[in-house]
Amino acid sequence: MNTALAAAQAGHEEAGATKAFGFWIYLMSDLVLFAALFATYAVLSRSYADGPAGRDLFHLPRVFVETMLLLTSSAGYGMVMLAVRAGRARVALFWLALTFLLGAGFILMEAAEFHAMILAGDGPDRSAFLSAFFTLVGTHGTHVSFGLVWMAVMMLQVASKGLTAAVRTRLLCLGMFWHFLDIVWIGVFSVVYLLGVTG
Amino acid sequence: MTDSAFASVVPIHNPIIMGAVGATLGLALGVIVLITWYGKWGPLWREWLTTVEPRRIGIMYIILALVMLLRGFSDAVLMRLQQAVALAPDRGFLPPGHFDQIFTAHGTIMILFMAMPFMAGLMNIVVPQQIGARDVAFPFMNALSLWLTAAAAMMVMTSLGVGEFSKDGWTGYAPLTELQYSPGVGVDYWMWSIQIAGIGSLMTGINFFVTILRMRAPGMTLMRMPIFTWTTLCTNALMIFAFPVLTVALALLALDRYLGMHFYSNTAGGNPMMYLNLFWIWGHPEVYIVILPAFGVFSEVVATFSGKRLFGYASLVYATIAITVLSFVVWLHHFFTMGAGGDVNAAFGIATMLIAVPTGVKMFNWLFTLYRGRVRFATPLYWTLGFLSTFAMGGMAGVLLAVPPADFVLHNSLFLIAHFHNMLIAGTLFGFFAGYAYWFPKAIGFALDETWGRRAFWLWLTGFYLAFGPLYLLGFMGMSRRLQYYTDPAWQPWLIVAAVGMGLILCGIVCQIIQLGVSVKRRDAARDATGDWWDGRTLEWATASPPAAYSFAAIPEVRDIDAYHEMKQRGAAQRAPARYGDIAMPRNTAAGFVVGGLAYVLGMGLVWHFFWLALLAALGILFTVIVRAMEDDVEYVIPAAEVARLELGRRQAVA
Repeated sequence: MNTALAAAQAGHEEAGATKAFGFWIYLMSDLVLFAALFATYAVLSRSYADGPAGRDLFHLPRVFVETMLLLTSSAGYGMVMLAVRAGRARVALFWLALTFLLGAGFILMEAAEFHAMILAGDGPDRSAFLSAFFTLVGTHGTHVSFGLVWMAVMMLQVASKGLTAAVRTRLLCLGMFWHFLDIVWIGVFSVVYLLGVTG
Repeated sequence: MTDSAFASVVPIHNPIIMGAVGATLGLALGVIVLITWYGKWGPLWREWLTTVEPRRIGIMYIILALVMLLRGFSDAVLMRLQQAVALAPDRGFLPPGHFDQIFTAHGTIMILFMAMPFMAGLMNIVVPQQIGARDVAFPFMNALSLWLTAAAAMMVMTSLGVGEFSKDGWTGYAPLTELQYSPGVGVDYWMWSIQIAGIGSLMTGINFFVTILRMRAPGMTLMRMPIFTWTTLCTNALMIFAFPVLTVALALLALDRYLGMHFYSNTAGGNPMMYLNLFWIWGHPEVYIVILPAFGVFSEVVATFSGKRLFGYASLVYATIAITVLSFVVWLHHFFTMGAGGDVNAAFGIATMLIAVPTGVKMFNWLFTLYRGRVRFATPLYWTLGFLSTFAMGGMAGVLLAVPPADFVLHNSLFLIAHFHNMLIAGTLFGFFAGYAYWFPKAIGFALDETWGRRAFWLWLTGFYLAFGPLYLLGFMGMSRRLQYYTDPAWQPWLIVAAVGMGLILCGIVCQIIQLGVSVKRRDAARDATGDWWDGRTLEWATASPPAAYSFAAIPEVRDIDAYHEMKQRGAAQRAPARYGDIAMPRNTAAGFVVGGLAYVLGMGLVWHFFWLALLAALGILFTVIVRAMEDDVEYVIPAAEVARLELGRRQAVA
């Protein structure tokens, strides 16, 4: 019986490792998707069509706050995983909730930025530059939003199932996703906002 | 709905389209009646539509591919007949708008809904077996990929009768595909169906990449993997890197068309050339995605039917990897004439010619495997030999086209059409037909009829030369592609020859249909009792035909490249394990089928601008995936006693 149990345990760990590896591969393909969007943005980043340029639109202090919200949420997710490793479900839930709030703050700020731009007539149909801007930044935002939905689902699972092997694997994958979106955001921040304001 | 509104959506006044719609619906109705008559809806649902077993998923992929082959071939028939007669002042029987839809549908279907599903089908049937695994890494995602592909194919079929298909070519060059120039639903059908199928393909790529890297039997190092598995691995890598770019290329087009953005437009700073670049950054690897597994099939077939190990295994592996890498640095050769400049063209031209080197290496691998082998002539080997000679010719035409100055003369001409059909028919399709004949006994349990298989081969081969040989000449004579009519009478005789060739291919297809019928009828005479119908060399022949749900009662240990051949030499092939254990397998699920259905609704909602419907479908997909992802108990256990009973039964049948 004990050997059967051990075998089942090993099987689960094996399956978890395979899932994590598969998720890495998915992230790699998602990175290619973002690479294509970055390339598109690079091509169109000066195609203003007599419309506004980045320096007319971007407000760096605001983007700085957005960036801080997202980076802090990533740190928060690090705390989630520490709690998971320690087997403390309630602590993990607390950090998950905090991470969720920080991520939601980021999304709300981004939505407000988009909303204001569209109201001012600088929507994605204004110029090729703005099409590329909204699409690149919006794709990242959509990813973050899906991450939030996923996080909500995971909070439900941690609360109802506890930190089972399957739940741990899913939390691990969500964590990879969340940190990955941070890295992409660093690219967005540098290429879109910093270069946009100075260029 | 008033009659005129109905007629604006359904082309009721076009007898050709209505005939095709009638035939399609008639066939579908016939299948439904047969299933009901034999009371097979229950088994169909339980054993097929909800299955997560790779073999069954593979069979369904190949059925889809064969159905779509018939559809794509019907388009080819219409084009060949049209061009055979449409010498001005005669304008043939197809009006321009219809002709344009036909060549667009033909390309889209043959690449994305025939070649891709055929390949995914062979991968599903063969790869887990070849690496000694019981399953793929993500069984549910595998079913999901199938049903997304099927949903997308359904959309293309629907466009036949409801609305229209794109008129802008399978490559859909911007700015022609922008809303301003193509206002109908045709481009939307094309765009969303490819988008949905593409997501399915991406998931297949990830799934099999992980399966091959993590689930091989003990002892199967990378350099002991069967070549088909190797080529599949490389194809999967290409899918993972290339398909996201297609997703972006099409998503940006959708944003232009639906939200008035300016990615590819002529106005407001848009850049149509960007579409060409993005499309071909996917599109060129895509042709290697469909050819590499075919190379894998040929490699398995020559080794098995020569009765010896593949000549130069390592060189073939490295050649495949070289092609994989090079395929990403040649995309610009699809538009040498579009103003990139001499230096850039030279770089891409040289990179393109370089691909001929690893491909040439492979030709010698196959030839030297045959050399002094004990060659057994059977249908799979016929397809392989037909490929070897024909593909070499197409490859040389490709090297010619890779020279930018020559390309300036030949681009967009029928020479190009002849070249890529030479690669895709004689390469990819012959390869998949070889795989179909070779692995049919493994997947189904009995072999295909040899006589009708050979007839089909000879008709396809001669038909191919007659249909596409003239196209090379017509290209030199200056005939460009996609002509609905022409004015040069010197072209017509060659176009008639091409139409005759198409007729021979039609006879070949009829032979394949007869072959299937005859084989089913005589199945008892060709049962594969041993599971090793061809005296195979790789692990898929170690299991029963068709394999049990668990494939391998005990995971084999691999000691050589030709693992099963080595086991037979050692006398270990038929050795029963000391005792059997319980085997855990993934349970069936309806989630994949449901998501596929919802994806179809989503696509149709987007095409017809029913955004509330699209939103509902999208939420439904999200909900289904979340519910499925929360499930923990997704496996069932086959008890050791049941495994022992099945294995004993098989051994007695062999003895």
